Amino acid sequence: MNILNFLKLSEKVKVTIDGMPVEVEPGTSILNAARQIGGDIVPPAMCYYSKLEGSGGKCRTCLVKVSKGSEKDPRPMPKLVASCRTNVMDGMEVQNITSPEVVEARRGIVEMLLINHPLDCPVCDQAGECHLQDLAYEHGAEATRYEFDRRTFDRIDIGDKIQLHMTRCILCYRCVFVADQITENRVHGILGRGDHAEISTYIEKAIDNDFSGNVIDVCPVGALTDKTFRFKNRVWFTKPVEAHRDCPTCSGKTTLWYKGEEVLRVTARKDEFGEVEEFICNTCRFDKKETKDWVIEGPKKVSRQSVINSNHYDQLQPAQVVKKNLELMEANKEQFERATKF
Amino acid sequence: MLKVEETQSVEFSTELVNKFAEIVSRYPEGKEKSALLPILHEVQAVNGWLSSVAMDKVAAYLNIAPIEVYEVASFYSMYFLRPQGKFVLEVCRTGPCCLVGAEKIIDYIGEKLGVKEGEVTADGLFSYRGVECLAACGFAPVLQIGPEYTFYENLTTNSVDQLISDLKDKASKS
Amino acid sequence: MGRKLLLEHINVPGINTLEVYRKTGGYRAVEKAIKTMSTDEVVEEVKKSGLRGRGGAGFPTGMKWSFLAKPEGVARYLVCNADESEPGTFKDRYLMTNIPHALIEGMIVSSYALGANTSYIYVRGEMMPQIRILEKAIAEAKAAGFLGKNILGSGYDLELYVQPGGGAYICGEETALLESLEGKRGNPRIKPPFPAIAGLYGCPTVVNNVESIAAVVPIINDGGEEYAKIGIGRSTGTKLISASGNINKPGVYEIELGVSVEDFIYSEEYCGGIANGKRLKAVVAGGSSVPILPANLILNLVNGDKRLMSYESLSEGGFTTGTMLGSGGFVVLDEDQCIVRNTWNFSRFYHHESCGQCSPCREGTGWMEKVLHRLENGHGKMSDMDLLVDVSKKIEGNTICPLGDAAAWPVASAIRHFRDEFEWHVRNPTLAVKENFGLAHYADPLPELVS
Repeated sequence: MNILNFLKLSEKVKVTIDGMPVEVEPGTSILNAARQIGGDIVPPAMCYYSKLEGSGGKCRTCLVKVSKGSEKDPRPMPKLVASCRTNVMDGMEVQNITSPEVVEARRGIVEMLLINHPLDCPVCDQAGECHLQDLAYEHGAEATRYEFDRRTFDRIDIGDKIQLHMTRCILCYRCVFVADQITENRVHGILGRGDHAEISTYIEKAIDNDFSGNVIDVCPVGALTDKTFRFKNRVWFTKPVEAHRDCPTCSGKTTLWYKGEEVLRVTARKDEFGEVEEFICNTCRFDKKETKDWVIEGPKKVSRQSVINSNHYDQLQPAQVVKKNLELMEANKEQFERATKF
Repeated sequence: MLKVEETQSVEFSTELVNKFAEIVSRYPEGKEKSALLPILHEVQAVNGWLSSVAMDKVAAYLNIAPIEVYEVASFYSMYFLRPQGKFVLEVCRTGPCCLVGAEKIIDYIGEKLGVKEGEVTADGLFSYRGVECLAACGFAPVLQIGPEYTFYENLTTNSVDQLISDLKDKASKS
Repeated sequence: MGRKLLLEHINVPGINTLEVYRKTGGYRAVEKAIKTMSTDEVVEEVKKSGLRGRGGAGFPTGMKWSFLAKPEGVARYLVCNADESEPGTFKDRYLMTNIPHALIEGMIVSSYALGANTSYIYVRGEMMPQIRILEKAIAEAKAAGFLGKNILGSGYDLELYVQPGGGAYICGEETALLESLEGKRGNPRIKPPFPAIAGLYGCPTVVNNVESIAAVVPIINDGGEEYAKIGIGRSTGTKLISASGNINKPGVYEIELGVSVEDFIYSEEYCGGIANGKRLKAVVAGGSSVPILPANLILNLVNGDKRLMSYESLSEGGFTTGTMLGSGGFVVLDEDQCIVRNTWNFSRFYHHESCGQCSPCREGTGWMEKVLHRLENGHGKMSDMDLLVDVSKKIEGNTICPLGDAAAWPVASAIRHFRDEFEWHVRNPTLAVKENFGLAHYADPLPELVS
């Protein structure tokens, strides 16, 4: 908290998440308030995407407990709420990882997300930067209790640059929002209902417009992948480098993924929560794969925990805030224990 | 992804288009998409099912993207995305109906027609399927037949026999 | 005989026409409300009546109306929820088929009270015949000056339209219904905002069940206080109960809330007892979503008192020993019925009807159905019951809309009350496919309470 924030106190609302207070603009969601605090208390988000209007609320991984509604109405909320779609109130108190109820519910959600997932990480291009992988690693159980055939779909090409592997999809709807909000016309959507719902174009049709490639970046799992990068390499063997070019269509700010001298793929730049900073165009993404096309800025900062950083799973480094807070230490006991195993 | 061979040519009659216009007039300006569900019912009543050609034409009429129509048509269970028999016998298979023998009726219809659920009889007249609760539990077992969705209640194997022969008569006369 | 408010004239020939309906006193409420009452007065009467939503949730209707936002220059909507799809419930179909004007009259009075100038009746698509009946009734009412511009010379305008659904149980959830009415997939919206603030087309909207709206007519005719005298405690008025399953006289009955469950099942006035001389095994009292109760718990409370047909009495004991009035879908199971099969059937229903938007319901409903299918077909394991309870807990309360709860409750309650029948299926896999567990001890008197 810097001093400037305190000076603007009059307009802001105060919310406490896992015992940590923060002052935020009115209308901020609990999730975004937690992101302002940072660290382990940030709920995971598989469907919410701050840059996509209307996203969120569907995956339920970000459920939290509101133990005090607000200063005016201190009653707790009767059910766990999706932190991405619930706005803070002044005086609200939220429990995330300090609530056993939340931890248990989240474990349940992760299990649900995985029962029909193919767990084909060894052959999935998303492995190493997959949010479902991270989620399962942090909150999942070691074995599944699901003993039935997993749901499968045919793999389809939606255009020559994007592969849709529906079997891996968790129906976050992000790619639909991208098509609605960033591209000119949407040709794909959610077809069917319930657990047979699928991302599809219905009649075979290429998703083809300048910004369609962004569906790859927003996809939290390996359902939408870059065909130009398909099976080229594991992401943790590639080196991310930030670069830009003067692009007439988009900002041109990208991350290049190098293997040796070769640019294997180009993506948008992503922030610490895995969201792209600025959407990029298909020309930058698919057609500019030479170093000479780009002005190199320098290596991308990759978090120490990331497999991309060190080519192997590193010891989990608990964030500073965890060490100082005994309650959090207790709440994170399991995670600490798991960390020491490695 | 579409798995049906489509050869249907779809023309909306003037009468049908007038009906569309009447439906659209029920909603505030700019909210024409509200007409989508009723219009799809009308189109299906005429064509028997919803081909992608028909859905594209509906999209064009309502000035929305074709995918918006596909999304809706595939969500709701009443819209057929593949050709059906002339008469689709939709038998309720949910709890209260099953307490009084709906499962036996469904099996009986299958035997009688000699086809599996979802298939069309060789003469093109019949298909059948189990559907979820039709809100007629007090008159169970029940089935409905579109596009008027006439209800046939308190079914027995005899009444099913009668119904099928009546429908055959009806078809041969038309 | 209990008082009848909605079905009083059901047997009058031609009651489906405006002419006969008026002769029996129909459209008095419209005249009274529009000519002699302010909109606030109408809302006040409904509040006084204590009427609770008849669609299943039981939320006080008057209170729901008073939440409606009224910003200047923004249209307000009343949408009637006639997407009746809860297994066991068929009262709305019955009412609309036989006395369509009861709903139309209620819609006019309610729309007036809420200041809506366009209202919709969202009828499930399978009810095409009822849609035609309602359209005809609307045309009659319009010709008689009860709808359209300047109703009864009051300056109040109202257009009423019937909207067909497309076949989706989920559209009975009010925000999914609004999405569907907007021509979209029936995905429930994430709340807040609630429809009272931003509903249809983003405008303030009230969504009410058919029966709730029809009940507004007698409330206006006789006054809210009169209505509140009927019934018991906070369960005021009359309720339509859809009775089905293994009873002698299935059908729709209008009861004064507070009738005992025993009377309802066994008296000649209502269900007329269990069919074929069999014995009662279990009851699903309020539509498939509510917990199933064995015979001994549905007839009596744990303290030995008789259980009554009211919101409070049916939920007495919470989910441990109680259930809910829900939508009034009263499904009776006799001694020959298999609880496991019935639970699997309901579970399949929720699996089929899940919209697939949020993960616990999309994945969990299918999982539960598969486990139950395995149990029913002789491939179950002893650990399956705990698994089912655990999965149901992971769904319950964690979903966007109440369909998750509705899918979880029947499974959890069946295992809670009929666990030995499930275990019997596991122990006797071959036998269980051929035979049923029977009545067992489910109708035995409850043990005395130890104080």
